[in-house]
Amino acid sequence: MAKRDTMIINMGPQHPATHGVLRVRLELDGETIVDAEPIIGYLHTGIEKNMEAKTYSQAITMTDRMDYLAPMSNNLVYVGAVEKLMEVKVPPRAEYVRVIMAELTRLNSHLVWLGTHALDIGAMSMALYCFREREMITQMYEFVSGVRMMSSYFRVGGLAQDIPAGFDKRVKEILRVFPIKIDEYEGLLTDNRIWRKRTIGVGTISAEDAIDAGLSGPSLRASGVEWDIRKSDPYSYYDKFEFDIPTGKNGDVFDRYQVRVEEMRQSLRIISQAVESIPDGPYITEDRKIASPPKEEVLKGMEQLIHHFKLVVHGFQPPPGDVYFCIESPKGEIGCYLVSDGTKKPYRVHFRPPSFVNISALPRLVIGRMIADVIACIGSIDIVLGEIDR
Amino acid sequence: MASIIENKLKKEYSDKILEIYNFRGDLNIVIQPQDLLEICRYLKTDPELKLNFLSCVTAADYLGLREKRFEVIYILFSIQFHHRLIIKIRIDEGESISTLSSLWSTSNWQEREIYDMFGIKFADHPNLKRILMDDDWIGYPQRKDFPLTYEVPNFSYNKDEIDPRPKAPWRGDSDG
Repeated sequence: MAKRDTMIINMGPQHPATHGVLRVRLELDGETIVDAEPIIGYLHTGIEKNMEAKTYSQAITMTDRMDYLAPMSNNLVYVGAVEKLMEVKVPPRAEYVRVIMAELTRLNSHLVWLGTHALDIGAMSMALYCFREREMITQMYEFVSGVRMMSSYFRVGGLAQDIPAGFDKRVKEILRVFPIKIDEYEGLLTDNRIWRKRTIGVGTISAEDAIDAGLSGPSLRASGVEWDIRKSDPYSYYDKFEFDIPTGKNGDVFDRYQVRVEEMRQSLRIISQAVESIPDGPYITEDRKIASPPKEEVLKGMEQLIHHFKLVVHGFQPPPGDVYFCIESPKGEIGCYLVSDGTKKPYRVHFRPPSFVNISALPRLVIGRMIADVIACIGSIDIVLGEIDR
Repeated sequence: MASIIENKLKKEYSDKILEIYNFRGDLNIVIQPQDLLEICRYLKTDPELKLNFLSCVTAADYLGLREKRFEVIYILFSIQFHHRLIIKIRIDEGESISTLSSLWSTSNWQEREIYDMFGIKFADHPNLKRILMDDDWIGYPQRKDFPLTYEVPNFSYNKDEIDPRPKAPWRGDSDG
């Protein structure tokens, strides 16, 4: 039997539809994909290694730069791991704000995903609309932390600063606008014949295969697995709020789309519950071995000045040990494995990046399908290369 | 809280578990490298445990701190029962460890990352090659004896002592 001729094609690393510098080596028979291999590492910056040379507080800024579309989720998993190791008690006000900001981050990430994913498949107007609404969230970021993207807003023990006056008003404005807009997005896509033809039945993965491949987050839930870390392992104050876990049935691109859109509605539901009941009180722990006292006190009191000085110069020293802490980031389970040797710098930090694990399942989704489906599949598993390569 | 995992493991594999302890709410076990596959298969398939989700594989380098240099960490989770187990394996430099890619395909890439970063070899791995670093990279960046940077600062007082174009040690002899 004659061997059929196949052709090797490199998709990327500069292909706009690969969402960064992802390269996929495709082996094609005509237009059918025989083999696919994602090749990564073009954006490797050694974040884990660099964090070993920084104090625990300094390292927070590096976490923003991994998944730059969901900086607050990354902050949260890192500070959560340090807090778990040090057994820090975070004040309720900080936890409420964390939940609100983490859910806004989910909206932020999902909006960029929806815009770019739809753009890849050909619905260009979606990108413009999604980025328009995302602007409200980046402005919220700027409002609370002073920075639009690399916020570093969560600190070990609480927040970097208290929420400014008018916070709840702006959150409520988002809550008013977003449900209408999400309905609009769905109106543009869900019943759109082109959209349905490009997504239904494409990139199907069964629940069993998805678990085997380590998929998590919306990509796993679209296959019908009802697992959300916010419910199964409630961190922060997620157990105080009511929300549903949307799941799909077929595990195709269309289901992943529907799950994410429904998740955006659930995020709004969580935010609307949280914003009504933000308690008063400190925004960061009052344990002075972890968090510096307020600046006014530092300028007046000797003891406070010493605390401030010690924290700036030496940082805090968690007890020796290692912990694993994970949260539900917009893309799936992001975990932080942290080893402390009792000094001011982390001995080892490892992130379990959801994008890294999800993209490793790409060959399963695309083999046997057409080359145009690769674009739909890459878009549907929602990757960020900054997080994959770290 | 003596969990069901702890009880079952103590019953089934009491002779194979080197250490078992709880730390910050998570159950940790330390086992020998040769028992990894067997214990993981048991944990994955046992109907009362069903630790069917391998969430994370990573490693740490304890150079000069421990007798055995490396520790490989597996974090298992049960999607059905929502419990977590951390498995640790201590190995020395040059020792290899069996791959879990026959049980979970997700371990394929994560083990490749460990190989890339620490130089730990996984026996029977289907595709053990570098994943994040270049293919011609020499050395393993996450090891503790790999410096964060090799840049030599050029100050005027020690100008004569410094090679004007220091060659990065992780590049081979071929290029400059």
